[in-house]
Formats: sequence, C-alpha cells, structure tokens
Amino acid sequence: MLSPLAQARTAPVQAGAAATPKLLVDGLTKRYGAITALEPTRLEVPAGEFLTLLGPSGSGKTTLLQMICGLVEPSGGRILIDGQDETRTPVHKRDIGLVFQHYALFPHLTVAENIGFPLRMRGVAPADLTRRVTEALEMVHLGHLAGRFPKELSGGQQQRVALARCFVYQPSVILMDEPLGALDKKLREHMQYEIKRLHRETGATIIYVTHDQEEALAMSDRICLMNHARIEQLGTPHDIYARPKTAFAADFIGVSNIFRGQVRRDGSGAPMLVTGNGSFRLSADTPDRPDGTLVVRPEQLDIDGDGDNEVRGEVVDTVYAGSETRVLVSLGGEETITVRLRRGTAPPRLGEVVAVRWRADAGVLVS
Amino acid sequence: MSAATLNHDGAFAAARRRLRFGPLWLAAPGLAFLAIFFLFPVLRLLGLSVQDLETSAWTGDHYARIVATDVYFRVLMSTFRIAGLTALLSLLFGYPLAYWLAQLPERQRGLAILAVMVPFWTSYLVKTFAWMVILGRTGVINQILSGTGMSPLPLLHNEFGVMAGMVHAMLPLAVLTMLPVMTTIDRRLVQAAETLGAPPANAFWLVYFQLSLPGVAAAGLLTFISSLGFFIVPALLGGPQQTMLAQLIITQIQEMLNWAFAGALATFMLVAALVTCWVYDRLFGLSSLSGETSGRTGGGQGHLRSAGMKILSALAKASSALGGPVGRALGPKMMDRLLPLYSALVIVFLVAPALVVVPIAFTTSPFLDFPPPGYGLEWFRVYFNSDLWVSATIRSFAVAFATAVLATLVAGLAALALARSSSRWRGAIFAFFLAPMIVPRIVIAVGLFYLFAQIGLVATDLGLIIGHTVLALPFAFVAISAVVKGHDWRLDQAAATLGANRFRTLMLVTVPLIRGGLVAAFLFAFITSFDELTVAIFVSGGVKTTLPKQMWDDMILQLNPTLAAVSVVVFAIVMALLLMAEWLRRPAR
Repeated sequence: MLSPLAQARTAPVQAGAAATPKLLVDGLTKRYGAITALEPTRLEVPAGEFLTLLGPSGSGKTTLLQMICGLVEPSGGRILIDGQDETRTPVHKRDIGLVFQHYALFPHLTVAENIGFPLRMRGVAPADLTRRVTEALEMVHLGHLAGRFPKELSGGQQQRVALARCFVYQPSVILMDEPLGALDKKLREHMQYEIKRLHRETGATIIYVTHDQEEALAMSDRICLMNHARIEQLGTPHDIYARPKTAFAADFIGVSNIFRGQVRRDGSGAPMLVTGNGSFRLSADTPDRPDGTLVVRPEQLDIDGDGDNEVRGEVVDTVYAGSETRVLVSLGGEETITVRLRRGTAPPRLGEVVAVRWRADAGVLVS
Repeated sequence: MSAATLNHDGAFAAARRRLRFGPLWLAAPGLAFLAIFFLFPVLRLLGLSVQDLETSAWTGDHYARIVATDVYFRVLMSTFRIAGLTALLSLLFGYPLAYWLAQLPERQRGLAILAVMVPFWTSYLVKTFAWMVILGRTGVINQILSGTGMSPLPLLHNEFGVMAGMVHAMLPLAVLTMLPVMTTIDRRLVQAAETLGAPPANAFWLVYFQLSLPGVAAAGLLTFISSLGFFIVPALLGGPQQTMLAQLIITQIQEMLNWAFAGALATFMLVAALVTCWVYDRLFGLSSLSGETSGRTGGGQGHLRSAGMKILSALAKASSALGGPVGRALGPKMMDRLLPLYSALVIVFLVAPALVVVPIAFTTSPFLDFPPPGYGLEWFRVYFNSDLWVSATIRSFAVAFATAVLATLVAGLAALALARSSSRWRGAIFAFFLAPMIVPRIVIAVGLFYLFAQIGLVATDLGLIIGHTVLALPFAFVAISAVVKGHDWRLDQAAATLGANRFRTLMLVTVPLIRGGLVAAFLFAFITSFDELTVAIFVSGGVKTTLPKQMWDDMILQLNPTLAAVSVVVFAIVMALLLMAEWLRRPAR
C-alpha cells in the first residue's frame, strides 16, 4: 500500500519518536468552576502518528484539543511540542494547524486566498506562496477551483479546502475537530481515505477528534478513548477492540455481549465467572480480581457450534446488514445477546431455542 | 447530555474570552463620549430647570410658570395633541399598507418598501419645503382647484398642514416597525380560525390583528416619541395654534437666553418621552421593540385583557356589519382590489412630494408656480454662485463625513465589545448607546449648546461634529450590532490558529465580514448629520452655517426657487450615497 517515497519519509520519523515525542501533554487539566472538563491528563504523541481522541460528547476530547491549539487556556499542566513548552504561547504563534468542524473557511476570500492565508501570515514571498498554494490545491485535487468562493463549493470540496489550508504550511501538529461530522455517510468514508492519504504522503502528526467509533477504528494508528473528562484507554485500534480494559471501552467500540459476575477458581485452579446466566470459563491469563464483566464479541459466538461456554435462548430477531447477518437471542427477561451468523449458515427461525457457545479464551474480563 | 453541552459551550466561551481583541473596554471610548456630550449636558439642563436664576437655590418656579401661564400650557397641550394625533393617524393609514406589504412576494415587497422609504431618506427641510409648495395659497393643489373654477382651500398654516407634514414624515417609521411583526404572523392561523367557524372579520380582528398588536404598539411608541420633538413641520406648515414645545424652547434660548425656563420645558418633553417608554415597557416589554418576542405579550393582566378582547369582538361585529353592505355594493372583484388600490394611493402620498420639487427647481419664474412657465438652470446658477450656499454645502459635507467616520469607529468598537461580552453590564451599556435616540433631539441640542458655550465650541465645526455624532451613534450602533450578531466568531479563531494576530484578524477577517454593517452605519451617520438642523441651529452660531440651517433660514424669510434647486441637489446626493452604499455592501462573491 505504501509508496516507496512515503515509506522513506515515515520510517526515520518513527524511529526518532522514542527520543522526544512530537507532542507531550503533561498533567493538563481544565476546570470551569465546579465542573471539570478535563482531569489531569498525560498523553505522548510520537512524530508522524495518527492519534484519534474518541469519546461521547462531554468526555473532554474537544477541551483537550482546544487546549493543545491554544483556544482554551488550561487550568494546570503543560503542553510541549518538540520538547518546547508551548503552554502559554498565544494561538497565532503556535505551530499548530486546526481543521474546524464546520471548516471555518473565510467566506470573503477565494479558495486560493483561503489556502494562502497562513502563508501570508508567515510572510512567505508572493512567488513562493503561489507555488505552494498551487501544490496544496493539487494535493487535494482542487486545482480547477482556485478562484471560486467557499459558498460555490460542495461540502466535500469545502472540506478539502480546509485540509489544504492546514497542510499548506506544514504545522508541527495537525488537529482535526470532527472534520467529517457535517458530511453524509458515503462522502465521509471517501474523505477518510483522503485524510489517510494526506497523512501518508506528508508524514504529518495528526490528532483527530471524533465520536464515531468506526471512523476511529478505520483511521487511527492509536486511539485515545475518553470518558468522564479522562482517558479511559489508550492503544491501537486492535488493542482496544480485542482487549478492552473497561466495560465502557468494550461497549463504546464495536458491539459487545456483557455478563457481570463473581470470579471463582475451579478445582484445577482455572478461573470461572459466576453470573446470573450460568458459570463461564475464563481465559487462563485472566488477572486476579474478585468480580468483573465478561465481554464477548458477536463474531466470537457460535450458534450450535463448539465452545467451552454455553447459554441457551430464544431467537427474537435476525438483522440482515449486507455483509453480515446478526441474530438476537433472548436469554429471558430483558437480556439479549447479539450473535454474528457464520458465513454460509442459514439463519435460525424466529422463536427457535438455540445454544450459543464460545471458547474460554475468546472472552475478555474487564473491570 | 446537559453536562456535555455545558462543557462544550464552556469551552467555547473561554475561547472567546481569550481570543477577543480587547475586553469590554472597547466600548469605553463610546461610553466616555456619551457621558461627556450626552448624559452630562442633559442632566445639567434638567438641573438648571430647578435652579433659581440669581441665587442658584432650588426652586420649582419655572415649572409653576409653565402650568400657570396660559400660552405655555396651551403649547404643552398642543404638543401632546399633535404628537398623539400623528401617532394615531400614522397607525391608521400605515396598518393597511403594512398588511398589504406583508403578504406581497418577497421581491415585490422589497421594491414597495423602497418607495415607502422615500420620505425617510428625504431631508426634513426638503420634505417640508415640498409640502409648502403643494399646500400653499398658490400651491399645486390650489392652482389645480382654481383651474377647475373652485375657490382655494386653506391648507397651509393650520392643523391640516401640520398633520399632512407630520404623518408624511412618520408613516414610513410606523410601517417599517409594524412590518417585521406582520411578516412573522403565520397566515394559516387565520385560515385555521375560519375553518373553526370564525367569520372573516372575526378571524382578522381576533387572530391576525391581535398577533400584530406588539408591532402596532411599537410603531405607536416610536412615532409618538419622535413627534414630540418636532419643530420644523409645525413652524413652517402650522399656525400659532400648532406651536409645539420644541419651537418654544428654541425661542426661549435664541431670543431670551432663558436657560432655566428652556430646561423646564425640555424636562416636560423628556419626561413625556420616558413615561411613554415606561408605559410601553410595562405593557409590552421594551425588548419587543427589536422584534424579540417577550413572555409578557401573551400573558396580560386579567381584566385589561378581557376588556381588550371585548373591544376586538365589537370591532369584528362592527366591521362585518359595515363590510357586508359595502361588499355587496362594490362586488367581490372590486373588494379584492380595494387594498392594493389604497396602498398605491398611500405610496403616491409618500413619494409625490419629493418629486414635485424637481420641476420647480428648473423653473424660469422667480415664483413657485406650478407647473412652471418654462424650464432652465437659472436657480442652480444662483445656488452655485452664492458663497453662502456653497460654503454651507461644503461644510455640511465635511461635517457629515467626519461625523460618519467618528460614529462608525466608536459604534463599531462598542458593538464588537458588546457582542463578545457576557458581562451583566451588557444590557445597561446597550441601552445607554440607544438613549440618544429616545431623548428628544431638542433636549440634547440645548444641553450641548450650554456646554459648548462654556468650553468655546459654539460656532466651530468641531462642535457640530460632536453634536451630530451624539445623534448618529445609536443608528450606527444598531446597524453594526445587527451584523455583528450574525458574525461567525469561529472564523476569527480559525485566523488565529492559522497565524494571524489580533490586529490582523480584525483587519483581514472581522472587518471585511461585517462590512455591510459598517457601510450602513457610515451611511446612517452621514445622512443623520447631513440632514441635521436642531444642533445646527444652536451650535452653528450663525457663522458656521450648514445646508439645513441655511435652508431653514431661507424658508423662514422667503420661499424661493433656489430652495428647490438646493432640495434637488440634496436629494440627488442622498440617493447617490444610497446607491453607492448598496454597491459597497454587496459582498464580493
């Protein structure tokens, strides 16, 4: 996938990342009177990384982003870019790019003038400015629209102009605040590829805010999952999906089936979880804890298949979603679990009682 | 979720607090200016009114004299009578016109509003001159009458002349105040009332009219307050019976230099204006003036409300009783045309006077004959060869330009400061900037004259500029505030993240985007000054004559066709400015 050029550019950058992180957020916190918008937070971002701040609204991700770019003053803590303390640097002197949620293109300037704006602010010579604006326009495939005004562009085109305006001056860190939030689903997916491509081609360090978990999984090198004004879990998309640390993490990313219960050891010392739906074997490497929540993903469940654990229930619904079919099984009362139907299997009939099984090492016990 | 939005909004509010290029004290120049040249002089004038001339001791003598002296008391009464009648007639004539405008398609409405606005943009002196030409003993109407063999009617220097001039001047204000309220009324509500069994008259009076009442009340308030301070129209179109308070104040100052008595008269006018505002605020809430719906409108006090409903029902009954036979007599087709026909007539009434002046400016006769016996440029030649007229014109231009620059700058800073402030002083400061619009001009002018006399600003251009800026500030402030309200401050944040400091953000992003408001403010201020007479009468000191002052002096002495030529030039200048502003305001895209 990577072009040789892009590989050459990203590889050394990542090698050097271990020394000084591109961005270091150290004990950063924000309070508004009695409300804490962000608990003291530490976050290291190596150069060239695509990091996503993911979380529900009010989780503190936008506050963190706005403090990094200087639009919000922190109540405490430090922000270091390339090892330099930038906590008190005014917005316009910080070497940071911000892509706004609603683009914030200047309506009175043309596309080219919008993109040239940051260069003008940096005193770039006119000839150089024109060349770089042209390059930036080519990069987002909008060379033919240089003379248009933002109002004359579609939403997707405006988004590209906003991206070009940010990439054109090669800021140390690029922040994106839900940049695709205003686009429809199809266009959003397309723009995800575009942003990934720009990231690859430029090797920029990008911090991306979203509340869309699919977007986060698809785009990020690492995801910083946030909840209740603090970091819930930080890791690669696969990490967070496969090894969630909390019930919130499991529930927020992907679809999860959750069983709460007490941890016991059987005669051989293997861990078990005793729940209202029965006792389940846990994976052998489960850390010691008195109780917890067992998380099992729909694709790890099997109807009438093999497995160490089993629950029985009545099929209440099947949902066809094109690439997969999901089956809802009621365990009695309010409780239902979601099972992804194995390819090539005929869906069970509604009302049929089925046995749902999974292997002990497929589940993850979280707090 | 609520915690989430709070959190987010909090973040943005903090961002604004940090980003804005100067806190609330951006309003400081404007506040200081108004404190020195508006609040202080007006308060001192009020203070003078309760001081004894010799001993400076506290006294109520001046007030007692007004009430006790028959002449003064009659002037007081006729002032309220004329202002009240003007407000009433403006509402009566204006309501159907506004109703008609409200249901026009947007494009046609825009054009019709331009026509309605003509008197609004025409100088008071030009308007009044036009009415003198139309209503005079040998004026347009009487010449037409004598041409058809009828005897001339006394139309000028009486109540009729004053009402024609005042209603003509106030109708646009009444219509433009009622219109926004009417356009927001959902006409389907009237249909709903009819499907629920209400006859058309009931549907109108009990639904539409009631919903339009806040607009009617606001229009009544503004026309009444504005009318209180009139002196040009009653002085030139009225007789002794129509003398108004402002004329009395001018005489007291100019001929007797009786500050204390003038102060007492001014107090009466100011108190009348404030009491009217207070009553309005009690009934409707002042915030509804700016088109915002207040919670108070709907609620209403129990018996007052039910009494009002009874009146409206009676009106509905009366109008359907009247409407039935009239409708049968005229036929449905004619009934449908009644409103457009009426509206056309009112628009002619509004536009025609300004046009009548034009042929007279080109007359060859030394008199105001209509139609002119021949056409030439004689009177323009007189105008441009007269040092008096030319220097007055140049001074008016210079003063208006300086006023416009000053007012736009000061009001712009204040509007920016207030738009981004969440201070609890915000409302009070906002009201203070609008106050010179509520306080009658004559009160401000006399107060300023007293101040200027002491600090040597009488008969100076600077004095004129300061006085005009006080009067123009509210208009400039409203014009800019309206635009700033809709400004997207995220663009300023974007500029900052892209590397622009506060000053460059202001100059490259904020100012270009609120340009429309700035141009409008400049224009309002320019025209306010260009057409201003009240301050000029006192402050020009007979030396630094402005164009309106020169016209006023001429009109009092002797009507002549030069005035028509001047009127045409003034009218042309204002129209050119309007067109230029429209062109400047048009966004680049």
